[in-house]
Amino acid sequence: MSLDKNDVEKIAHLARLAIADEDIPGYAGSLSSILQLVEQMDAVDTKNVLPMAHPQDAHQRLREDVVTEKNQREHFQKITENVENGLYLVPKVLD
Amino acid sequence: MHSKTIAELAEGLKIGDFSSEELTKSFLQRIKQYDAELNSFITVSEDHALAQARAADELIAKGASSVLTGIPLAQKDIFCTNGIKTTCGSKMLDNFIAPYDATVIHHFNQAGAVMLGKTNMDEFAMGSSNETSFYGSVKNPWDTTTVPGGSSGGSAAAVAARLAPAATGTDTGGSIRQPAALCGLTGLKPTYGRISRYGMIAFASSLDQAGTFTQTAEDSALMLNVMSGFDEKDSTSVDKDVPDYTANLSQPLNGLKIGLPKEYFGEGLNADVAKVVEEAVAEYKKMGAEIVDISLPNSHLSVPAYYVIAPAECSSNLSRFDGVRFGYRCEDPKDLEDMYKRSRGEGFGEEVKRRIMIGAYVLSAGYYDAYYLKAQKIRRLISDDFKAAFEKVDVIMGPTSPEVAFKAGEKSDDPVSMYLSDIYTIATNLAGLPGMSVPCGFSNKMPVGLQIIGNYFDESRLLNIAHQYQQTTGWHKQMPEGYK
Amino acid sequence: MEWETVIGLEIHTQLATRSKIFSGAATAYGAEPNTQACAVDLGLPGVLPVLNKEAISMGVKFGLALDAEIGMTSVFDRKNYFYPDLPKGYQTTQMDFPIVGKGSLIIELEDGTTKVIGVTRAHLEEDAGKSLHEDFHGMTGIDLNRAGTPLLEIVSEPDMRSAKEAVAYMRKMHSLVRYIGISDGNMQEGSFRCDANVSVRPKGQKEFGTRAELKNINSFRFVERAINIEVERQIDLLEAGGTVVQETRLYDADKDETRSMRSKEEANDYRYFPDPDLLPIKITSEFVEQIRETLPELPDAKKARFIESFALKAEDVATIISSRETADYFEIVADKCGDAKLAANWVIGELSGYLNKEDTDIIASPVTAEMLALLLTRIKDDTISGKIAKQVFEALWNGEGENADAIIESKGLKQITDTGAIEAIVDEIIAANPEQVEQFKAGKEKVLGFFVGQCMKASKGKANPGQLNQLIRDKLK
Repeated sequence: MSLDKNDVEKIAHLARLAIADEDIPGYAGSLSSILQLVEQMDAVDTKNVLPMAHPQDAHQRLREDVVTEKNQREHFQKITENVENGLYLVPKVLD
Repeated sequence: MHSKTIAELAEGLKIGDFSSEELTKSFLQRIKQYDAELNSFITVSEDHALAQARAADELIAKGASSVLTGIPLAQKDIFCTNGIKTTCGSKMLDNFIAPYDATVIHHFNQAGAVMLGKTNMDEFAMGSSNETSFYGSVKNPWDTTTVPGGSSGGSAAAVAARLAPAATGTDTGGSIRQPAALCGLTGLKPTYGRISRYGMIAFASSLDQAGTFTQTAEDSALMLNVMSGFDEKDSTSVDKDVPDYTANLSQPLNGLKIGLPKEYFGEGLNADVAKVVEEAVAEYKKMGAEIVDISLPNSHLSVPAYYVIAPAECSSNLSRFDGVRFGYRCEDPKDLEDMYKRSRGEGFGEEVKRRIMIGAYVLSAGYYDAYYLKAQKIRRLISDDFKAAFEKVDVIMGPTSPEVAFKAGEKSDDPVSMYLSDIYTIATNLAGLPGMSVPCGFSNKMPVGLQIIGNYFDESRLLNIAHQYQQTTGWHKQMPEGYK
Repeated sequence: MEWETVIGLEIHTQLATRSKIFSGAATAYGAEPNTQACAVDLGLPGVLPVLNKEAISMGVKFGLALDAEIGMTSVFDRKNYFYPDLPKGYQTTQMDFPIVGKGSLIIELEDGTTKVIGVTRAHLEEDAGKSLHEDFHGMTGIDLNRAGTPLLEIVSEPDMRSAKEAVAYMRKMHSLVRYIGISDGNMQEGSFRCDANVSVRPKGQKEFGTRAELKNINSFRFVERAINIEVERQIDLLEAGGTVVQETRLYDADKDETRSMRSKEEANDYRYFPDPDLLPIKITSEFVEQIRETLPELPDAKKARFIESFALKAEDVATIISSRETADYFEIVADKCGDAKLAANWVIGELSGYLNKEDTDIIASPVTAEMLALLLTRIKDDTISGKIAKQVFEALWNGEGENADAIIESKGLKQITDTGAIEAIVDEIIAANPEQVEQFKAGKEKVLGFFVGQCMKASKGKANPGQLNQLIRDKLK
């Protein structure tokens, strides 16, 4: 699969990445060559193979329903300037 | 002092040859002296280290110490360290003072170890040369015109130059083993789930595993003893007893069955490297091991499958870096979308953006089956190859990297050729198996690594095999000129 | 043309766990912003989710209550999108392998008939935080306390054909989740909310029309209105030759209209994939059986039993079983006073009246079931009349005595059953009203009521009405 400018713009938007116009051809090229590398997989028939999402053949452990966390708002909000009255501030969200 | 192993330093601390404070100061001094050139540290936490060292000295005086008490270590800057900048090699986290400790860091703190600082790395652990770091590339102490490997290049360079006796790393597709090979160190990537991932900034969750850079296998065992274990904060950490990894180091290797996959010695492998690795295998034969030819027929698909799975997971894992609650936010965003796009566009480097985009693409509507699902199936085939092999042999050996350290800049414009540096290491991550790289000689005066791959949770055996080799050879004791 | 409405509902109900689905932070409602958002909820770098067992138990319990398929292996996936109230940039949810599979729910319609509504699935997921739009100099404030609260999303088949059916389904589901104790169902606090997929098609047509999704409706009344207005809009549009666009719409209760949410309109590509931080959840049949044992009697079974064993009217039973607490209350009163009809009248009448007036939940009623049972027992054994009982109830409600007996005693409300005392009153009233005596004797039966009233007044209501009646009749003969 070879990606063009339009494809790169679409993916960049999906991933919320600002990409400068002049960088798009470079990305289109490198992404296409990576996809080419990846498409070596196509040569293998995997019809009857079970997908493997995880290296462990194990199951999820469950936690008891107990409150273990204390309020650490001040501690966690020290690392950003974008707070007011305990809220994180972002540019206006329009519904 | 600086050329001693952890085991030797622990002995020195115990008998009072030197204090942890003296030891720590001497390493801090070496960092000052050499790191301007190597750039292996992003943050040197001098005050923190000295405070830890003095606390360790008190523990030692009280007789309340353990092996790692007072030992200075370098931590890869991917582990969150409470109150200390944790960047993951990215501009995105240049202002991030982690508000909590990773479980690995917590374990080292409990053991009384000293943290010298946080080591440089490829941005978000994406790279094989340590050239994608926001903090600049790291130089290989064996030849500063070459790369140290990546992504844990800072840790590898720091230990190779003895700016720290040992360091941690993380390995998603070879990020411990490949730099260990390129810098002449013993590198260990344990079984997936052996060490908690909590607080280790995620690249690809189903592949990431923490591990170690040391001078010897014995030191790896000492580190692993402290780092391993079930963590209730990590659902994927395995609830399995942690043995004393030093207990079996001295077992003889008589009757050990070593598998040599023909796919690891074929086209693409540098002839000199092949020769050095074959000599190492011959050494094992002398030690009583049996060499068995095996095949891992789907090996050639590991890089393609990896470059679907790892980017897919990373594209999602890195969505939290959105400029809202921590990390970089662009100047004067004009609206919400602008904040997202510019914060991420400006905060991430090129390789990270490339992988996020590949990941978003392979998961997107219409492509999921052809790429992501396909890669998951290939992952099963690769894992099954190993299962079949371990029916026949105890461990698998081969080269860690197809070549010795390459020149800085040589591959940085060609992502695909860079990706192929990990051609022998990636399959292990896909399967979740433990692997090591052990120094086994030189090619063109640059170190070569022997890769040893074990079955699940067979770290004790890997360490035993590496240790026995280090009892009869001296490659691991070689140090780069200029840092002795 | 005649049109048919097709509705499917997606109900989001918050599960009543103490801690969040993937972290140990509290889920309590109404805390100061971000004080219940821990490192995991904030999506700090390096944190990992650990699944709450209770969320799984509650999901299974719901599945059993619906007699639905239980997902013995279920998987959490990531749904990727950017929104400031979604800290990780993805919502952890279940896509291909939900905890609950196919089931169904029987709803009752106003005409007394019933209808089976298919439930496609129910899956577990995490709730998002909240965006607060009060003006922070043109910025939006984000509170992540709600982020990570467990939700069960219950998806229905497009089986409903009117807004009334949709409301009946939503009410029944609301009652069910509260019955089995998996949610407090508090709609003001957003614990129970729904999205409605609405379309219309010409009557008789097989294919569905294009649907609009009405988002986040949080009251029964609004669901009905929103659907009706949307149906009207679609029909008007189609009849004018237009077409319905598949889109997300918001119901504006103030303007009583639905409008397009353009901001959510851009084609979303959620890039679902299995969450690599969580392993598949395996449920054993032992676990399922353990949960089954904790299931209470469900509304339909309770209703049948009440009608059968208490011989009550169906609509009274429907009111009584609308909540498990009311049903439990009623059952205690009925058992202890031995008169289900009387108990039902009082629970539906007096008690409900007070609860509504004072906006009190039945669990917090100052008159407990035991107190009401004793009060009703005192009516039955003729200690007091029904009319006096209302006075006693009010006194009980206001905390003027620990039980009915104490209030009857302290207020001297005990019915006069001493024939001599009543006779004296009757004699006095007869003597004082010779004119009415004549009228009665002349055959004017209605005058009897006058005498009863006068005597009752003279006894301050404490005379036994039956006894009084008989006595007056005897004396006037």
